[in-house]
Amino acid sequence: MKKRYNYESYIFNTVNATIMILFSVIMLYPFWNTVAVSFNEAVDTIRGGITLFPRRFSLQNYKMVFSTGAIFRAFFVSVARTVLNVLTNLFFTSMIAYVLSRPNFIFRRQFTVILVVSMYINAGLIPTYFLIKNLGLLNSFWVYVIPTMVSAFNFLVIRTFLRGIPESIIESVRIDGGSDYTIFFKIILPLSTPVLATVALFVAVGAWNSWFDTLIYASSRVKLHTLQYKLMEFLQSSQAQSRGAGDIGAMALSQQSNMVTPMSIRAAITVIAAAPIIVVYPFIQKYFVIGMNLGSVKE
Amino acid sequence: MMNVIPRQTRGGKLLTTIYTQRHLLVMSVPIILYVLLFSYVPLWGWTMAFQNFRPSKTFFQQEWVGLKWFRFLFSDPVFIRTIRNTFMMSIINTTLGFISAISFALLLNEIKNVTFKRITQTISYLPHFLSWVIVTGLVATMLSVEDGAVNNVLQFLGIIKEPVLWLSEPKYFWGVVGATYVWKELGWNTIIYLAAIAGVDPTLYEAAEIDGCGRWRKMWYITLPSIKPTIVILIILSIGHILDAGFEMQYLLRNGLVQDVSDTIDIYVLMFGLQRSNYSLATAAGLFKNVVNMTLIFLANELVKRLGEERLI
Repeated sequence: MKKRYNYESYIFNTVNATIMILFSVIMLYPFWNTVAVSFNEAVDTIRGGITLFPRRFSLQNYKMVFSTGAIFRAFFVSVARTVLNVLTNLFFTSMIAYVLSRPNFIFRRQFTVILVVSMYINAGLIPTYFLIKNLGLLNSFWVYVIPTMVSAFNFLVIRTFLRGIPESIIESVRIDGGSDYTIFFKIILPLSTPVLATVALFVAVGAWNSWFDTLIYASSRVKLHTLQYKLMEFLQSSQAQSRGAGDIGAMALSQQSNMVTPMSIRAAITVIAAAPIIVVYPFIQKYFVIGMNLGSVKE
Repeated sequence: MMNVIPRQTRGGKLLTTIYTQRHLLVMSVPIILYVLLFSYVPLWGWTMAFQNFRPSKTFFQQEWVGLKWFRFLFSDPVFIRTIRNTFMMSIINTTLGFISAISFALLLNEIKNVTFKRITQTISYLPHFLSWVIVTGLVATMLSVEDGAVNNVLQFLGIIKEPVLWLSEPKYFWGVVGATYVWKELGWNTIIYLAAIAGVDPTLYEAAEIDGCGRWRKMWYITLPSIKPTIVILIILSIGHILDAGFEMQYLLRNGLVQDVSDTIDIYVLMFGLQRSNYSLATAAGLFKNVVNMTLIFLANELVKRLGEERLI
């Protein structure tokens, strides 16, 4: 009897492991292949058949991408907005979370309702566009920073964490004459490092990956284009080209030299746009999972 | 807070509280005003849906047209099509998302080798953190007619003879979007199920083993029923997002050949609003979507609360 189960179990494990390996391959291959293409000589890539490794190794695609300066600039814009988004969001969101975690704060209920309800309501694209326009933020770098300084979802995550800090610590500082500013900066912020790290990662990934705000608020100012937006432009134009329609960005870049093709340029930009996330990903992955669990705790 | 009570107390209880909490007020009031400005003030823009809005005129000079734009929308076959597309893609993505995430969580849970399990899990989350721009770019490369991996594999296996134009034929578009969604979000969606599975009472498995249950039967009769409450809550909550088919995926994967099946309400709003400057029409379309959405999300939350489960925000 026991033997039959072992046998059944063996088959099950083998099949299951095979499924998992196949699955991992499907998850990794598209990106791996793009890396290989990006390091392969562009003219050689056209022949096809590049799978896991470059056939004729070359850094030409990357040299080409960085030679125009546009991608370099876009990279810098992306880094700047990511850093500012993280700093402002962490500061303001944790500040409001601290205030609204004070049990006898006079407007605790009202302010909490305003924040939580703001997660559900959505005025929509056009009204928001006019708000940004009326505030004079169109085609300004600050359009990347100012509209995203407070996050209601992150507020709930941080507040859940703050509830775990013993009230006695806060009271003891108060008895020693510490104001709310002292408590927030000297006690709350240092004690919240774990949750702040998690929120920072959420915000950073979101900021790095965003391109839609560039499309609607800053597309006419090339200087403000982010890396993701540039990649989006290349992808859209090289797809249009492969369908025989007109073309702009990728062709213009690739025509400057007959050494590169839109496909190889695209691969190189994809790798550059994904690199920061891929590089830090294995180290920070567990924080994301912690954050996900914190966020799902009831209101 | 004892030490900051002001000496004079005739100012009344409210003033005393405001004084003692002045630091908290300084820290919170500007942020709340900011939230009111960015999340609530734009709601005023909904008035545009009932006007012939011209940006050059002031609010009092605008011409009011009542429900004209809504009547236009619901007699416009293009808009009706975007509702259908949004709804269908949302249903397809949600269904595929649930089935794949639950199956993957169940299979992953059966892996006993901790290192192997962790590596698989880490790989599975990865696409979640890549932008839609990158993901749709990868998808376009994989589905390409010229040397695309999917066509190559299918040809090698003899399933197709000629490369398929996955992205240019309308009949494949919803499937491509569904597959893209699953590829990106599968790993991330399993987290919550794995957490639920981890909470299953181990004695149930022991009892089942004594009764002679194999791996499959344990999965089917114990794990799955144990995580049923989680599944039910997530299904109800996903109903709240039935008009949220995602926007980026469709916008980035679409092209002129498939626009009849690819364009969602959000794309309609973008096209008419910001590209053709018909702000009133676009606002009306967005208003319709957002009101339906908010109502459904509210109802879904209430339903979950009624079921006596934790409210997930």
